Amino acid sequence: MSIPATTRSMSANEVAWSIAAAALAVFSVYVASQATDSGYAFHAYVFAIAGIAAVIAIGKRAVANVVVDPPQEIDSKPNYNMGPVKFSTIAAMFWGVAGFLVGLIIALQLAWPALNFDLPWIQFGRLRPLHTSAVIFAFGGNVLLATSFYVVQRTSQARLAGDLSPWFVVLGYNLFIVIAGTGYLLGITQGKEYAEPEWYADLWLTIVWVAYLLVFLATIWKRKEPHIYVANWFYLAFILTIAVLHLGNNSTIPVSIFSPKSYIVWSGVQDAMFQWWYGHNAVGFFLTAGFLAIMYYFVPKRANRPVYSYRLSIVHFWALIFLYIWAGPHHLHYTALPDWAQTLGMTFSIMLWMPSWGGMINGLMTLSGAWDKLRTDPVLRMLVVSVAFYGMSTFEGPMMSIKAVNSLSHYTDWTVGHVHSGALGWVGFVSFGAIYCLVPWLWNKKGLWSDKLVNWHFWIATLGIVLYISAMWVAGIMQGLMWRAYTALGFLEYSFIETVEAMHPFYAIRALGGGMFVVGSLIMAYNIYMTIRSGEAAEPAATAQPAMAPAE
Amino acid sequence: MSLWHKHAVFEKNSILLAIGIVVVIAIGGLVEIAPLFYLRSTIEQVKGVRPYTPLELAGRAIYVREGCYNCHSQMIRPLRDEVERYGHYSLAAESMFDKPFQWGSKRTGPDLARVGGKYSDEWQLRHLVNPREVVPQSIMPGYPYLAKAELDFRDIANHLKANRMGGVPYTDDMIANALKDMRAQTNPDDAGAADLEKRYTMKPEVGADGKPVLDKDGKPKMVKVSNITIRDFDGNPQKITEADALIAYLQVLGTMVDFKGYDAKANYR
Repeated sequence: MSIPATTRSMSANEVAWSIAAAALAVFSVYVASQATDSGYAFHAYVFAIAGIAAVIAIGKRAVANVVVDPPQEIDSKPNYNMGPVKFSTIAAMFWGVAGFLVGLIIALQLAWPALNFDLPWIQFGRLRPLHTSAVIFAFGGNVLLATSFYVVQRTSQARLAGDLSPWFVVLGYNLFIVIAGTGYLLGITQGKEYAEPEWYADLWLTIVWVAYLLVFLATIWKRKEPHIYVANWFYLAFILTIAVLHLGNNSTIPVSIFSPKSYIVWSGVQDAMFQWWYGHNAVGFFLTAGFLAIMYYFVPKRANRPVYSYRLSIVHFWALIFLYIWAGPHHLHYTALPDWAQTLGMTFSIMLWMPSWGGMINGLMTLSGAWDKLRTDPVLRMLVVSVAFYGMSTFEGPMMSIKAVNSLSHYTDWTVGHVHSGALGWVGFVSFGAIYCLVPWLWNKKGLWSDKLVNWHFWIATLGIVLYISAMWVAGIMQGLMWRAYTALGFLEYSFIETVEAMHPFYAIRALGGGMFVVGSLIMAYNIYMTIRSGEAAEPAATAQPAMAPAE
Repeated sequence: MSLWHKHAVFEKNSILLAIGIVVVIAIGGLVEIAPLFYLRSTIEQVKGVRPYTPLELAGRAIYVREGCYNCHSQMIRPLRDEVERYGHYSLAAESMFDKPFQWGSKRTGPDLARVGGKYSDEWQLRHLVNPREVVPQSIMPGYPYLAKAELDFRDIANHLKANRMGGVPYTDDMIANALKDMRAQTNPDDAGAADLEKRYTMKPEVGADGKPVLDKDGKPKMVKVSNITIRDFDGNPQKITEADALIAYLQVLGTMVDFKGYDAKANYR
């Protein structure tokens, strides 16, 4: 045969994936040719290119003779599959910087509206969903993919299940991000906060998500330990609940398969309830349960201490997931949602304070006997401060869910400040901490390229957060008070536009704080890049990276 | 002590753990959402709320496309200052045909639930093109391109159909004439304007026995149940623009319900 000895034929699995990818490409080209909207046609072509790229990549694997069925163990040690983890880690860093930057741009637009430039693609209304999706789903989502695939392998002492499927999960997820993000700029949106991607992007995400669940579960099934580690409970709850929420809130009727536009099945008040059931639990399960899983693995690992209390983690887990799902109606206080639903939402939001702090205590007390490490290890400090921010915003949240407080805070920038103390302080910092831990582990380095830069990142970002949230507290409370201020004669004291004008200095301070957070993330990106490129290699004894590991 | 050991059942079996998670998260959602579909008090009994006309629906799609909901709410709360600033508090009935709802969660700009009729079409247009021309301190982006872009909703009938599948009572007649109606609403002299008005504002009268009331000729007697505005919203008769549609939508916001006949006590929830 003329085929070189280093080439092999494709496996049945590879053939099946190639056919699926090719079918996707052909179908997408057909849809593009009939599309009623140029943005939609562009998306169809992106899908087509992705399909073709997948076929080529799979073919190349065969040509390069990449082992189809790599050994599960080498020298009786698990042969971990870290390729998809590495990809998601770098993707998280990239999307993080991009998402923070868009956040900075829209913060500046609020202070100086000329920055909208009268252009459709970059005006605030389209960029704001880009910012929220980029930080939550692109940055946060990739952090969750990377850490969950890492943690499930390490705690199960088993190689990630599946050959191509883990790659499908991480690449397919990032394709979803590209489709969603470019869609907003082109004006393709469902108009539901944090669920803006249109029906076809939602459908694609559903497929990717099912694959994610299967890869995660199948890896758990291969575990050597009889017990499933606590971090994996949280990951599982996150994956399952996000699937349920996604399907419930995105039940739409497309105008046609050639149109990007769809109409949601629910209307008005029912749609509002569905939306905030989804919206609040995107916070509860995406941004909380998933990141608590990170806390439960990385804090003990970094501090080299066991989790403080096993029983507390059981109570924390079940109480948190049970109570969180009820909290949605606190986004709809005093609206046309029936009062009974509002009252339920408020009551459960207040109760939610307890499991939230239970989790915080479990994380912080894990440091018992290792508090001195905060002085020497800036990464651990980042992780611990993130848990502290978690405690702070999970106190503030229940407080704001009280109807009397909410009547003032709702619709104001106080909410924006609250979200960012959780998003920047908790989700951001715990993610940074996890990435700082992961990168040397994944690339077999002794440590980070520079601990000093981590210190700089920590302090600049922390100061930025403080500026951000205090500016928003003042702005929000002032705004709420101005709206309801009366003159002695019983007239409303301020016109709406006067309250807008009063916001200006605080919007400027917020932009400064956000800018500092961006600078911190750039320092981090540089540090990560240098660690991967020129960090000192770890001792060979600790590497255990077998020569037969597939090229990734 | 033994109770803690029992938890090992979940820790050792991923499927049981998954089932446990799904059961636990299902409860809250079911209790809060399901009753909204069968409790009759959820949506108030009002007169005047009708489905959006094709032009208004297209305008609403533009409102969604540009992300207006990121800064404008459409939900007036029953608080003294809000009612004085914006008008009667919002009812669930007013958004019963809204897919998706656009109540919003932030007021960087003012609430728009009752902006309909508050400003002239010309004010709306100039404000969209350059907000700072009419409100110097405004921080809203300018949307000059809306006044230039031709309204391209050739498939508007499909939009109505999708809405009908989701429960909005569009009739076959409305769907068949959607494109014609969309054009007619921007021109009172249009041959289809009268038909458009009839389609969206008149309904067969129903008698006390639940049967349609007939007129002298034995045809169902029609009564006026809601309102419609037919005019050239962007003041540019040369073409139908996206601004036409958006302003038509803004001008209908909060104007449908007839509050004179509204009994707040009967609808207390």
